Amino acid sequence: MAGEGDRRADLEVDRRSRVVSSLRSGGDSRRSVAIALLSTVVFFVVVAVAITHAPGWPEVRSQFFDWGEFKATFPEVARAFLLNVKIFSIAEVLILVFALFLAVLRSLPGPVFFPLRALAIVYADLFRGIPTILVIAMLGFGAPALGVSYIPKSVIFWGIVSLVLIYSAYVSEVYRAGIDSIHPSQEAAARSLGLSRGQTLRRVILPQAVRRVIPPLLNDFIGLQKDTALVGTLGAIEAFQQSQIDTNATFNFTAYLSAAVLFVAITIPLARFTDWLVARDRRRRVAGGTT
Amino acid sequence: MSKRNLLLASLVAALAAIAALASTQHAAARIVASCPTIKNGQLTIGTDNPAYPPWYAGGTKSSKWKINDPSTGKGYESAVAYAIAGKLGYTKAKVSWTYVPFNKAFAPGTKSFDFDINQISYTPARAKVVAFSKSYYDVNQAIVVNKGTKIASVHSIAGLRSFKLGAQLGTTSYQFIKSRIKPSQTPSVPSSNAAAVLLLKNKQIDGLVVDLPTAFYVTAAQIPNSKILGQFENTAGQTTDRFGVVLQKGNPLLGCVNRAITTLRANGTLKKLQQTWLAKATGAPILK
Repeated sequence: MAGEGDRRADLEVDRRSRVVSSLRSGGDSRRSVAIALLSTVVFFVVVAVAITHAPGWPEVRSQFFDWGEFKATFPEVARAFLLNVKIFSIAEVLILVFALFLAVLRSLPGPVFFPLRALAIVYADLFRGIPTILVIAMLGFGAPALGVSYIPKSVIFWGIVSLVLIYSAYVSEVYRAGIDSIHPSQEAAARSLGLSRGQTLRRVILPQAVRRVIPPLLNDFIGLQKDTALVGTLGAIEAFQQSQIDTNATFNFTAYLSAAVLFVAITIPLARFTDWLVARDRRRRVAGGTT
Repeated sequence: MSKRNLLLASLVAALAAIAALASTQHAAARIVASCPTIKNGQLTIGTDNPAYPPWYAGGTKSSKWKINDPSTGKGYESAVAYAIAGKLGYTKAKVSWTYVPFNKAFAPGTKSFDFDINQISYTPARAKVVAFSKSYYDVNQAIVVNKGTKIASVHSIAGLRSFKLGAQLGTTSYQFIKSRIKPSQTPSVPSSNAAAVLLLKNKQIDGLVVDLPTAFYVTAAQIPNSKILGQFENTAGQTTDRFGVVLQKGNPLLGCVNRAITTLRANGTLKKLQQTWLAKATGAPILK
């Protein structure tokens, strides 16, 4: 059976390498490149013509893609974007720590730890289930409404807390998947070397697990960056709220484009980096090495 | 005057009144043909939901509307809308209201309403995208604060600068904070009226800038321990903040609506409706 599996894996590697090489060189593949190029050009020309010939296009263009408006709104939206950067930077660090803690809680073995495991499960279920904007509204308005003097009133503070609570639930699941993916023999081997349970987790399991889940972690990080825009609904002027202010002042939607450009400018490089990591990981695994 | 003469006189007066009523009703029933609407024989008016006092009043008849139902004819904007409809020849039964969120009033595409009346301030930039009618209300901005807080003892615009202020998204109140008060702290701009009110109630902001009639509603109904610190004058050189009804750009109905508003202003109807619905909204101290 194992031999059969290996053969299939080899076939798959072979197929993929053929797909890749066909995009690079060779007489047969030059034709495919030409076809791909042509069909791409035709596709985009058809889409562009269809959009620009729609009856409402001049109106849409002037209301969504106004260059003068873009230039006018971009600097202020960019300044507001610094708040998004601040929010997701602080939140991401806290999420990585808190989520790891949750994941470790959930993978504690034995009946003694059942309450902690149950707590971690309930937490993940709850905070993955509630829409982000509701948590932000409930904490952002609810917590300061308690009227306790030492509870911060800043909506930005509560926005960060909400994002940490929600994204930790997602990220803890990612960590857990990583921990579960480590073969039990790793733990057995570590314990047989005389490492304690804690040492095994810290020095053997987690280093391998975390390395395996870096791509999905980055994926969640991208989601987090976009969700910082929800903090704006509480009144904090971040990029999206600033673009809404501009939109409402002029009734022109181009300011949204300014915000979109800024978000895309940081998420696309990150997405490509994630792809590169995944590809590297696959190459290594296919090459037969360890992770 | 004898008893009989008095009787006769009152009879004549009553008849005249009935005749006048009949003739106005007859006139009202005739829809002005040169003013086309999206649904033939019907006038569709848009506003946001919830419909807040004092712009709308009289509670809700259907669950569709929160706080107030615009079709009651009560509240300043509802009354003005029906007055305009009357001038265009639409009886109350021929007017229908539709829910139009603020953002939707100026989104591109065909509009779902003939005109939208929702405390929308005229600005030259906005007028490039939608058609604005003449003013049906010239509005002053005002600031609401919590009683007993530090800001409550301020008596000048300059004194407001060091405080955390807020205004609802999409309002000219925010533009007012930026251009006239110029505060040292970044103002808070929540997305809805409810959020803005909550921020002030929670003392997450020190002062909330809204238009004066709304300020009276906030202090009377929304935040128990709040007060209007003052209103701001529409000073010379500053363009007057004024509310207009919003129509699709190029809608020929605009001329009809403008003629109606001009008549209502000239014959004192607007003033009378303001006294009925916005009377409280005049006596706030002026901050300079």
